[in-house]
Amino acid sequence: MTTRDTVLGRIRAALADVPASEGPDDVPVPRDYRRSHAEPDAVAQFAARVADYRATVTRTTDADARVTVAARLAARGLRTLVVPDGFPAGLLPEGGGWTVLRDEPPLSVAELDAAEGVLTTAALGIAVTGTIVLDAGPGQGRRALTLLPDYHLCVVREDQIAGDVPEALGRVDARAPLTWISGPSATSDIELDRVEGVHGPRTLDVIVVGGE
Amino acid sequence: MTDSNNVVWLGAPSFPDAAREALADTQLRTNLRKATGTIRDKRLAVTAELDDWEQLRTAGKALKRRTLRHLDHHLVRLEEAVTKAGGQVHWAADAAEANRIVTALVKATGQTEVVKVKSMVTQEIALNEALAEEGVSAYETDLAELIVQLGDDRPSHILVPAIHRNRAEIRDIFRREMGKWGRPAPEGLTDRPRDLAEAARLHLREKFLRAKVAVSGANFAAADTGTVGVVESEGNGRMCLTLPETLITVMGIEKVLPSFEDLEVFLQLLPRSSTGERMNPYTSMWTGTTEGDGPQDFHLVLLDNGRTATLKDTVGRQALACIRCSACLNVCPVYERTGGHAYGSVYPGPIGAVLTPQLVGVEHAESLPFASTLCGACYDACPVKINIPEVLVHLRAEVVEAKRAKGRVPTPEALVMKAAASVLSSPVKLSAVQRLAHPAARLVSRRGTIGNLPGPLGRWTRTRDTAVPPKESLRAWWRRTRGGREGSK
Ligand code: SF4
Repeated sequence: MTTRDTVLGRIRAALADVPASEGPDDVPVPRDYRRSHAEPDAVAQFAARVADYRATVTRTTDADARVTVAARLAARGLRTLVVPDGFPAGLLPEGGGWTVLRDEPPLSVAELDAAEGVLTTAALGIAVTGTIVLDAGPGQGRRALTLLPDYHLCVVREDQIAGDVPEALGRVDARAPLTWISGPSATSDIELDRVEGVHGPRTLDVIVVGGE
Repeated sequence: MTDSNNVVWLGAPSFPDAAREALADTQLRTNLRKATGTIRDKRLAVTAELDDWEQLRTAGKALKRRTLRHLDHHLVRLEEAVTKAGGQVHWAADAAEANRIVTALVKATGQTEVVKVKSMVTQEIALNEALAEEGVSAYETDLAELIVQLGDDRPSHILVPAIHRNRAEIRDIFRREMGKWGRPAPEGLTDRPRDLAEAARLHLREKFLRAKVAVSGANFAAADTGTVGVVESEGNGRMCLTLPETLITVMGIEKVLPSFEDLEVFLQLLPRSSTGERMNPYTSMWTGTTEGDGPQDFHLVLLDNGRTATLKDTVGRQALACIRCSACLNVCPVYERTGGHAYGSVYPGPIGAVLTPQLVGVEHAESLPFASTLCGACYDACPVKINIPEVLVHLRAEVVEAKRAKGRVPTPEALVMKAAASVLSSPVKLSAVQRLAHPAARLVSRRGTIGNLPGPLGRWTRTRDTAVPPKESLRAWWRRTRGGREGSK
């Protein structure tokens, strides 16, 4: 007998009190909780909640998006910037003092570690929790790209902002590798003093694009 | 302590003895009071933001109950989904088997080092020790776990395992120990938390960048999609889950959820109950393997280790719903004064007092069900509404019963505990007994506190004075004043 059989056998024996006629879906789950706690202006709420994590949030229009990206990058004084495949060409500023690194062929861990920043899009934002959801889609790259460089600039479009967690889960593909980011890396392990930045990027910059 | 189970620390003193020692430690009590108070306030603020918090708790409880009642079905579905997505699933009946599986998987890669993301379950099975015996070094990468590991210490809180250490102690540990494990602490390291975190970043980064194998736990796994998830703050989790070639995740069988959609409840309940944040900084979810992104070898080890025995107990099984948020620790008056070490178990606090005896058998942790005042604060705080007081009383009866069977306890006492168990399971009987019990308690009290109680309760009261129950029970007071609203007008 395999351990699998042993464990499954133990479970079935332990559940002798559950009637054989009861199916897994017969056990009711009251779902009268709200689908969303979002405020009417979900975009403003998203921006405010991201800022609560001590991330920087800039709102801008489609027309000004590229200039805003350039300004944020220039403010950092970056020398090397990772830009994943599929990042919209129209948003990528030309010139600037930085070298753009492409992940094609894949950058080594050492190259990523040496890069100072990364510029990506996102799959979604969540207003109530101030979360950015990455699903490795176009413009986001594989997970390591947003992890090793110390600075992450993320561009989110207003129409990508979901109100709340239930809606966000309904909009992502569960099978994609998912990273939900709510503010920069942080720890409170030493006397509960919050310190931003341990292993992930120490600075998270978000640009919300849309409207006029 | 049994051969196959490492939940309880070998040679740990019984709770009353350990608690007496902890109570004399003023530094510990100060740290704990500050920490639990701070997290408690943050939790209350963010849970109050959601006006349907009670509905979410009810849904969380119901979802866990639904899962546990058909656990075999969901595990088989999970196994299928993970396998289909390119992962491999292993089953472990106990700690020894889980350790054998993980060790063999690590050895097959030819590596002698693994990086680890904080995981209760690998502490439960004492995986690090088992790997060390086979010549494999396991590096803890969560800052608090690193402090614990470098200090050759034990975790004392589920969420903030090094809460018993202050910054000066942490600096000394880093200065003394980091060099023995890898990159030494920077010259002139101060005890500022920012500098200490930076030292940890530098020390661990070299390990992350060269790691080929990682070991993690899991906060949940969705049976329909095979998606496994880990929530964290520092990014050490993302490092472990993303950079190595091989990822081994060890997960208690109770962590499965029927569907990915069910996360909509737990991703609201967990961060708010745990760290008091609307969402934790990082949540990672992965489904099997993804070409060109992250580990190309993924193993999921499904662990029993006493969980099926817990499942068998129709009262105690609710403890398996625990999502390890640690809210019950932070509201517990006993935990706040004794700290986590006194419980002598990987699982401290109220949840530890009910989970530990069930995982290892009550005879191996017989003082733990008494490590509580039954004040009910844990039940109110629990995001999945585990009735911890009810399980405690139920287990107390079992302890007494077990002793009676061995002829160590007079029968009347066993009867009292049994009666107490039946009373606490019935709200009507409970309020009746509360009305009766209070005058009696006041009779035995002197100077406003209750001294030593006879029998098993004495093991608890001997270490401390219990506040005298108020003249009126909470229930009676509530009924009279509707929670103070009427009285205050
Ligand atoms: S028992 Fe409830 S409150 Fe305690 S850690 Fe588990 S889920 Fe959290």
